[in-house]
Amino acid sequence: MKLITAIIQPDRLDHVREALIQADITRITVSRVTGHGRQEDIEYYRGQKIAPNLLPKVRLDIAVNDQFVNVTVDTIVKAARHESGEIGDGKIFITPLEECVRIRTNERGGSAI
Amino acid sequence: MVKKISASLLLFVAAMMAYSTGWAAEPVVTDTGTTSWMLTSTALVLLMVPGLAMFYGGLVRTKNVIGTMMHSFGAMVVIGVLWPMVGYALSFGPGILGGIVGWDPKFFMLQGIDDSIMSSQIPEYVFAMFQGKFAIITPALIAGAFAERVNFKGYLVFIALWCVLVYSPICHWVWAADGFLFNLGAMGAIDFAGGTVVHISSGVTGLVAALFLGARRGYPRNVMSPNNMVMTLMGAGLLWVGWFGFNAGSAVASNLSTARALTVTQMAASAGAFTWLIIELVHHGKATSLGVASGILAGLVAITPAAGVVAPVGAFALGAIAAIICYLGLLLKGKLGYDDSLDAFGVHGIGGIVGAICLTFFIRPSWMADASAKIHAPWTVWQQLGVQATAVGITVVYAAIVSLIILFIVEKTIGLRVTENDEMSGLDHSMHGEQGYGLINPN
Repeated sequence: MKLITAIIQPDRLDHVREALIQADITRITVSRVTGHGRQEDIEYYRGQKIAPNLLPKVRLDIAVNDQFVNVTVDTIVKAARHESGEIGDGKIFITPLEECVRIRTNERGGSAI
Repeated sequence: MVKKISASLLLFVAAMMAYSTGWAAEPVVTDTGTTSWMLTSTALVLLMVPGLAMFYGGLVRTKNVIGTMMHSFGAMVVIGVLWPMVGYALSFGPGILGGIVGWDPKFFMLQGIDDSIMSSQIPEYVFAMFQGKFAIITPALIAGAFAERVNFKGYLVFIALWCVLVYSPICHWVWAADGFLFNLGAMGAIDFAGGTVVHISSGVTGLVAALFLGARRGYPRNVMSPNNMVMTLMGAGLLWVGWFGFNAGSAVASNLSTARALTVTQMAASAGAFTWLIIELVHHGKATSLGVASGILAGLVAITPAAGVVAPVGAFALGAIAAIICYLGLLLKGKLGYDDSLDAFGVHGIGGIVGAICLTFFIRPSWMADASAKIHAPWTVWQQLGVQATAVGITVVYAAIVSLIILFIVEKTIGLRVTENDEMSGLDHSMHGEQGYGLINPN
């Protein structure tokens, strides 16, 4: 099991959500977060020297069984990217997931996802 | 309301004749009481526009909150410019082109009214500005029907054309002293404060626009829940408050007729909300805040044409009837499946028609007696019903046809429906490059 955490631009949320549903990845958690990437990039992007501001982003948390990791990541990358890719399009972090419990039934492991 | 003006004009002429021996004719002077109330009313009606922005803004999805509120503010900006320039002349100038619309070059840019005091003893500036607020809120109401899916640029052009080609002519017919609906039947079609001019015209246009532009992406399959009901309720409250200026101001006086209009406005709003609340409690077991807000609006819309002629009993009845029919209308919308996003037609169109038609049965007897006296023959409820139905029918047909033409032209030239990509990103991002709730941002 893996936990996929994706940080994307807010305006791509619907694109990503729909693409994930199309790909049969239907269980996600979405939160509004703020943050920024590399300072150098922001400086270059704005054309003048400024400290990076905290920008609004959307964070997706998706727990998947191992065989779904690739399709999930590919779907997010394709749907979250602006055209040919822009600075600030986001990142995806994949971490091992030790355990998953479904509260209603107290099921454990892969079947609980 | 222009009726009052002409009545007081007659009185004034009579008074002048009576005093002509030995007295120099006095020019009309400003009545400070009336002017104060009309200034207040003007501000109250303008307050309804941000109220509407909040009402509509709270009902859409988070990604469209700025885009939706900007529809109301856009109307304030565009019509705010257009109205003093040509709108007032087109609406309240003497009829041209066979009475289709008014025009008077001296009203262009309000140049000719610098010293003008009206027979209702208020400066004409006040009347022009008061009427301007109605012209602002009407196109803003339409925006509720096509919320979350229109191009801002196309919207601005649409409301400008609509103000000139739809609002001004209808306003002229119904409210100008030489308008043909104003003079229909014994004492004219009754539209005290804008049942036909404001609510039916905007509601019908909204329905036509919603059908022409098509549903939002994903409607009705996807749930599109309101982003902020708190804001919607505050907006509904501001609309209620502002409506006292809208209706009681439409008496263009500060006297008994003002008091009557204010009283029935308050009662119809409460009756509408109360009825909606009871229906929901019976039908669903829970009364929603959106239901209460919708009931308030349904009652206010229905009393708008009637505020000058019905007694309190009629106000209760109109508020309740409007709430019931609008509620049924919304159920029907779900069945028919068209996407009138925020129910501009469902509340303003249907509520306006209910008010303009049903008011006939609640007209106070003294009004009917005056009508009979004026034509020296009995004037019946059924004859007035015919007049009301004519006014409603003409407004519906005219607004629908001309709006459809405007929609078609704007869609083909500038584009009114946003692209799928922009719609998914949300209007705040794609049209304005902003977001509504930046305050959540930690820095």
